Amino acid sequence: MNLYLASAGANAWSQPFFQHALLAGTFIALAAGLVGYFLVLRAQVFTGDALSHVAFTGAMAALAAGYDLRLGLFTACILVALLLAGIGRRGKADDVVIGSAFAWILGLGSFFLTLYTTSASGMNDGGAGVRVLFGSIFGLDAGQTLVAVLVALGVGVAVMFLGRPLLFATLDESVAAARGVPVKALGLAFLVLVGITAGEATQAVGSLLLLGLLAAPAGAAVRLTDRPFRGLALTAGLAVAEMWAGLAAAAWIPRCPPSFSVMAAASLVYAATYLRRPTTRRSRTVTA
Amino acid sequence: MNPAAQAQQQDLLKVEPASPAASGAPVTPTTPVLCLCGAAARVGGRTLWSGVDLEVQAGEFVAVLGPNGVGKSTLVKVLLGTVPAAAGDIRVLGRRPGEAGHRVGYLPQRRSFDSDLRIRGIDIVRMGLDGDRWGVPLPWSRSRRAEQARVDEVIELVGASAYAHRPIGQCSGGEQQRLLIAQALVRRPEILLLDEPLDSLDLPNQSAVAALIGRICHQEGVAVVMVAHDVNPILHHLDRVVYIAEGGAVCGPPSEVINSETLTRLYRTPVEVLSTQDGRLVVVGQPEAPAVHTDRHTGREK
Repeated sequence: MNLYLASAGANAWSQPFFQHALLAGTFIALAAGLVGYFLVLRAQVFTGDALSHVAFTGAMAALAAGYDLRLGLFTACILVALLLAGIGRRGKADDVVIGSAFAWILGLGSFFLTLYTTSASGMNDGGAGVRVLFGSIFGLDAGQTLVAVLVALGVGVAVMFLGRPLLFATLDESVAAARGVPVKALGLAFLVLVGITAGEATQAVGSLLLLGLLAAPAGAAVRLTDRPFRGLALTAGLAVAEMWAGLAAAAWIPRCPPSFSVMAAASLVYAATYLRRPTTRRSRTVTA
Repeated sequence: MNPAAQAQQQDLLKVEPASPAASGAPVTPTTPVLCLCGAAARVGGRTLWSGVDLEVQAGEFVAVLGPNGVGKSTLVKVLLGTVPAAAGDIRVLGRRPGEAGHRVGYLPQRRSFDSDLRIRGIDIVRMGLDGDRWGVPLPWSRSRRAEQARVDEVIELVGASAYAHRPIGQCSGGEQQRLLIAQALVRRPEILLLDEPLDSLDLPNQSAVAALIGRICHQEGVAVVMVAHDVNPILHHLDRVVYIAEGGAVCGPPSEVINSETLTRLYRTPVEVLSTQDGRLVVVGQPEAPAVHTDRHTGREK
């Protein structure tokens, strides 16, 4: 359970911890990419940001109560995603209310962290807070990897299944509703998927950085293509590629934590899309 | 409304050939595609309108007119089945509202797409075809080519081929509106419900889009019910007008409804309809504006 195991260098490739990380990371990135594309299109990136606060607190609460960290992680993320759906439907909540609420939730996380590290079970686990905030993908054992892969696969399949109606409801809500697309139920289901994905991404890159995995590949894809389903596939591909690049960098470069290298790869790709000239910005023609 | 007058209006409509149905679209003049009988709508405990009788045949172009807040959009929503009717019998293609599915095309009142939305117009049209199907489109699907052909065909029909491959956010208001009309048409609906499609377009685009809708209506045999703020851009394409005001409604050919006598009876207060030299209509002296000082209130065009 050490962030810097990667200093083992090239030998890391044959180590089980690295193989676990590669397997879990691939599928987590896939799910985060697919969900992230719709998150960006729906302009709900803020939801992901809110969930990064909640993920930390949920994980710490579970540890403090003596349960598996992931139980608190997923429960908190899904519940708050649903809560945000409720707020969103009733209208815009006040900026100050949202800001204070999430700062308070993060504070609550620090309270649970103290509770845990001063308890008998957490006495020797002072790194728990850092692990959740910044991820510990090199610390996954076989069982955790399997669960992470299965959950990510489930999220991926669900996003693909919702694909077309979700896109319709995102871009053209009133027509979709008139066509019989269950717009509200889709929005709710999507936020549950966002919550689950936030929990997954926390295991890979940590709660503070999960937004990068959710938003950066999608942001890049949206800039690279104007075809929705090509964009969806491209987002997933970019996310996986960035995860691989990040893990490889962490394995080769001494003292390079994987969360940093994955985020660096994601940010680099996103920044690189600005070098490319935007497509088809021809002068507007007047229709008459 | 006066039953005798209504009967007379309907007779007039039946004598008049519904359309020069050149494309051979299935026009059946005997069964109306839309039928409202004594319909009423209530929203939030307030009756918006009641006693509306209307029959629309295939290939007819009907405008819904009236002052703001009178329930014009609600009429469209009642026909869609998203707002229940408070009273009366309503048949859409012989079924209850909301049951006709993709045989009814709908274009809601809307603002335009965000200018930074980077999704092509053709993809927006495509959503009208398969947007309600679960899953994602598969590149090896067998129906793919036929669907692509239908999308291209409908884009050609509305004259949007030149910009359908551009991100819709970069299209002008008129271009977006044409693409959205294509989206509403892509499943070959028999009825097209349009809610203020000319709103926020400049004058040349208003007449161009109005002409497009008139052409779709009369050539393709699609019945069009269109909520409009201003009747003038569509006046010479119209077969019939529904004028809603003061909780009641009058239906009939434009010349029989938009005149001083009918509107005065509808509003129960003196209303004057002026005709300009080029045939535009101006309604003057509605109750909102104190009726006497018509010179001060230049007459809100309807």
